Amino acid sequence: MLGGPVSKATEGAGGLTGMWRIRRPEVDNSMCTKCHLCWLFCPEGVVRRGCKGEIWIVYEFCKGCGICAEVCAARAIRMVREV
Amino acid sequence: MRNLTDEEYLLPGNAACPGCAAVMAMRIGLKVLGPRTILVIPACCMSVVQGHCPKTPSKVPIFNTAFAASAATASGIRAALEMKGIMDVNIVCWAGDGGTADIGIQSLSGAAERGDDLIYVCYDNEAYMNTGTQRSGSTPEGARTTTTITGKSEGKKDVPGIMIAHRIPYVATACTSYPLDFANKLRRAISMRGTRYIHLLSPCPPGWRYPTEKTVEVGKLAVESGAWILYEWAGGRCRLTGPSSGLAERSKRRPLEEYLRIQGRFAQADPSKIEGMKRRIDEEWERILALCKG
Repeated sequence: MLGGPVSKATEGAGGLTGMWRIRRPEVDNSMCTKCHLCWLFCPEGVVRRGCKGEIWIVYEFCKGCGICAEVCAARAIRMVREV
Repeated sequence: MRNLTDEEYLLPGNAACPGCAAVMAMRIGLKVLGPRTILVIPACCMSVVQGHCPKTPSKVPIFNTAFAASAATASGIRAALEMKGIMDVNIVCWAGDGGTADIGIQSLSGAAERGDDLIYVCYDNEAYMNTGTQRSGSTPEGARTTTTITGKSEGKKDVPGIMIAHRIPYVATACTSYPLDFANKLRRAISMRGTRYIHLLSPCPPGWRYPTEKTVEVGKLAVESGAWILYEWAGGRCRLTGPSSGLAERSKRRPLEEYLRIQGRFAQADPSKIEGMKRRIDEEWERILALCKG
């Protein structure tokens, strides 16, 4: 086994990055066309897709960059100011 | 998109800036490469993203190496694995443009000349972004960095062209705004042996000075305006891919100004400078089209 300074894969290796956010993406699943471009383009991997194709966001780590809202053609994601 | 797994190999909560295209591409890249991968990362943004010991966002092992030595390190890891009889692992260098075009080019050239069995992905954010936006060989003409405050006067170094000159099995360019095109190129690279090189344009919100949500749009404008050409070169043949395949005629391309205006780093470029940039882009297209004709 490896000893010494070997890092372990963990969520939040950079801390609770959701604290960086000034705008929060909100998903309206009734408007969602399930194209999942938000899932594809989210740099952080915090857009999750359920078994029925529904979308939700892990706010603990979402940095609020707004890419998901920008790529959503159905405008089912909007950015809401938090601070 | 159905071919991409829901499994995340780059976990959320990493230290990347909001809207970072480089982690966007690495997340997709690791989904394609899978768990049997060893990453070799020199000094670059990715060495910041992977965080401090004892935590890392990456589920695959990463070997951190010196700026100049990423390809040489990967060659060594491949040789060690071969000695142990382990043949089913992808060795992937994931380096920035500084670690590829400037500091790491000798080790990359050496590995390519020896034909070592590795994949080299250069994510090109067109400056030393990790240390605060200093000019690199890959910075395009006219771009403002902290060391070229009136805009760079030289052109961008053509690293994919340098790699083609090494006659390696596979060379491709990609852009983070077309992740499925990138995934296909990575799959093609994985299916081959020898040194394989992918040059990935990766927009950077703080360095290119645009709002974080515009990352995808900026990358698309780079391709649609012709400033970045998507192509792949394999077996002595070159072909345009993705949206670039329809942009061989200049009239089909969007005006370069649309790509420049969305970013703050080109704010000081005057019309004569922009004409120069357009000329350089046309020359690049002529060169690539000549390569495609064989």
